Amino acid sequence: MSQVQYYLALVAGGVSLIGLGFALAFGSQDQAVPVTIFLGLGTLSLLRLALPLGLWADGALALLGSMALLGGLGAAVPAPAFFWLALVAAWLFAWLFIERLSHVLAPGIVDSAGLGLLIPLVFGLSILAIWEVVTRGAGVPQVILPPPSMIGMRILASAGTLWADFQQTFLKAVLIGYGLGCGLGFAAAILIDRSPFLKAGLLPLSNLVSALPIVGVAPIMVMWFGFGWPSKAAIVVIMTFFPMLVNSVAGLNAASAIERDLMQTYAASSWQTLMKLRLPAAGPFIFNALKINSTLALIGAIVAEFFGTPIVGMGFRISTEVGRMNVDMVWAEIAVAAVAGSVFYAGVTLIERRVTFWHPSVRGA
Amino acid sequence: MSRAFPILVVLLASLALWYAAAIGLNAPWQRDVYGRAGLKDVPFGQFVADTWNQDKPVMPTPHQVAAEVWKATMLVAPNKPRSLLFHAWVTFSATALGFGLGSLLGIGLAILIVHNEAMNRSLMPWIVASQTIPILALAPLIVVIGFNIFTGTLGIPTDPARLMSKAIISAYLSFFPVAVGMVKGLRSPEPIQLDLLHTYNARPWQVFWKLRWPSSVPFLFASLKVGVVASLVGAIVGELPTGAVAGLGARLLAGSYYSQTTQIWAALAVASILAALLVAAVGLVEKLVNRAMGARPA
Repeated sequence: MSQVQYYLALVAGGVSLIGLGFALAFGSQDQAVPVTIFLGLGTLSLLRLALPLGLWADGALALLGSMALLGGLGAAVPAPAFFWLALVAAWLFAWLFIERLSHVLAPGIVDSAGLGLLIPLVFGLSILAIWEVVTRGAGVPQVILPPPSMIGMRILASAGTLWADFQQTFLKAVLIGYGLGCGLGFAAAILIDRSPFLKAGLLPLSNLVSALPIVGVAPIMVMWFGFGWPSKAAIVVIMTFFPMLVNSVAGLNAASAIERDLMQTYAASSWQTLMKLRLPAAGPFIFNALKINSTLALIGAIVAEFFGTPIVGMGFRISTEVGRMNVDMVWAEIAVAAVAGSVFYAGVTLIERRVTFWHPSVRGA
Repeated sequence: MSRAFPILVVLLASLALWYAAAIGLNAPWQRDVYGRAGLKDVPFGQFVADTWNQDKPVMPTPHQVAAEVWKATMLVAPNKPRSLLFHAWVTFSATALGFGLGSLLGIGLAILIVHNEAMNRSLMPWIVASQTIPILALAPLIVVIGFNIFTGTLGIPTDPARLMSKAIISAYLSFFPVAVGMVKGLRSPEPIQLDLLHTYNARPWQVFWKLRWPSSVPFLFASLKVGVVASLVGAIVGELPTGAVAGLGARLLAGSYYSQTTQIWAALAVASILAALLVAAVGLVEKLVNRAMGARPA
């Protein structure tokens, strides 16, 4: 074990020991039993100073600890001291587990995709578990931060509303605006590609515009196109147009001179050169823009709804429910938006891997 | 000159397009006005001039926006709420505070990630995934709740509390580009350079200060430029939710409530100028740092 791991193991065992002392002295409720067992096992892990303990044992300890903690929630608010010590111990065991696992994986000894995925998964799950235990154990007012379980219940309970909002914001405003904006940006790039004059004039300005806070045009678009989804789609079009234009133009110049010369020796027309050489070479750039735009589109549509909507839509729901202090509903919307954004991004990435399979960044992975 | 000429032509063309669009978009209202006044056969020149100079146009013309910006910055005392300089200052202070916090956080995270394999494997996928989440959607939540915590629990007066809750969003938006860019930058030294320092028996912190940090500077400034604009967007959006009375975002919202189109466009223009100034400032610092580090002018 490295130095960091050694100290981690020592502190984790020590915290368990102190927690065990507290639990035996003050813990009386039945729910405290699993937590006490976890603390006892954690204390026993100190024996590793004498005989080595596998990394999976640490993982199992962390899992057991979080299960015991989640099961013991709600017995007393705020939770007693040994409960918090157990939380710290479980977190330390999870950290130790990740630390050891990544050391095993680093040289590529046991490298398989499943284990590599395990580490971020453990990290995410521990964040969720700590969130749940801290908010419910310490009795944090749900207006400030609702526990994840409550958000989950809210998602299930208001699935209908969430679906209607999702339909309004994502399926209409985002997808249509994204398609139009990316399509127009690409078409504009193809058009100005022929003219060096236009390229020299438009590119610096487009670069400037893509650095501006375009979200600010939202109120203007709402004024022009009304409260419905077309105004949101219009903002998405404006936000996605410039990144697409800039990236496509850069991509169309990506084919090297020697490759163009080759096409010339084949007597290829400019159309053929475009279709067979320059468009495929522009693929990585275009997909880069598509990926940037997939997040921009969602942000644009949601923020635009802060300026006025019909009574449906994710941005509308977020701003009104914040005003009514229904924070769990806000978090539910954000969870939906996060999942939608991630799936959208992942979808674009998947298509990218199919289309630009020849690119080093895809081949290497 | 040869580089400026095409830009100038495109700029003039977009101005012309803007004026043309203003005629089209403002025409229906202007016809209404003429209809009510009983005017018929208004000469076309008069009609065009009127569409360009309405009080509450659908599409204000560039000279109207410029006049509004001039009026709201130069002719009003800068400490009055009617001055755009006042609002720009409010937004700028939140942006600067958030940008500073976010950059420090991003750099710190990047250092952790580069030096610890467990951090790298557990944090990096989440940092990338969080890019796909519409973080701005959190803005109203963070502003309202942060404001309540700061004023209620911590007993901070309202103005600094408002500033801090907006700065949190700015920091949140600007730390991603900085963290990702710095991870790339701190890993940019070639293995052969790392090996050289190894042969010198350099300590890890010496490797960091003498090799990794200097070689990450170009990446740092590239991501700072992205981050500063993200902070500005965060501060503006942070001013949208109810409660904000000052700042460019509040100005946008007020303009949209009262259909003051010219006011919206003026606020937008000031926001764009602010963004350009911020990026230019980062660029200036970059130049100074490069010179101090002995870089030869390219």
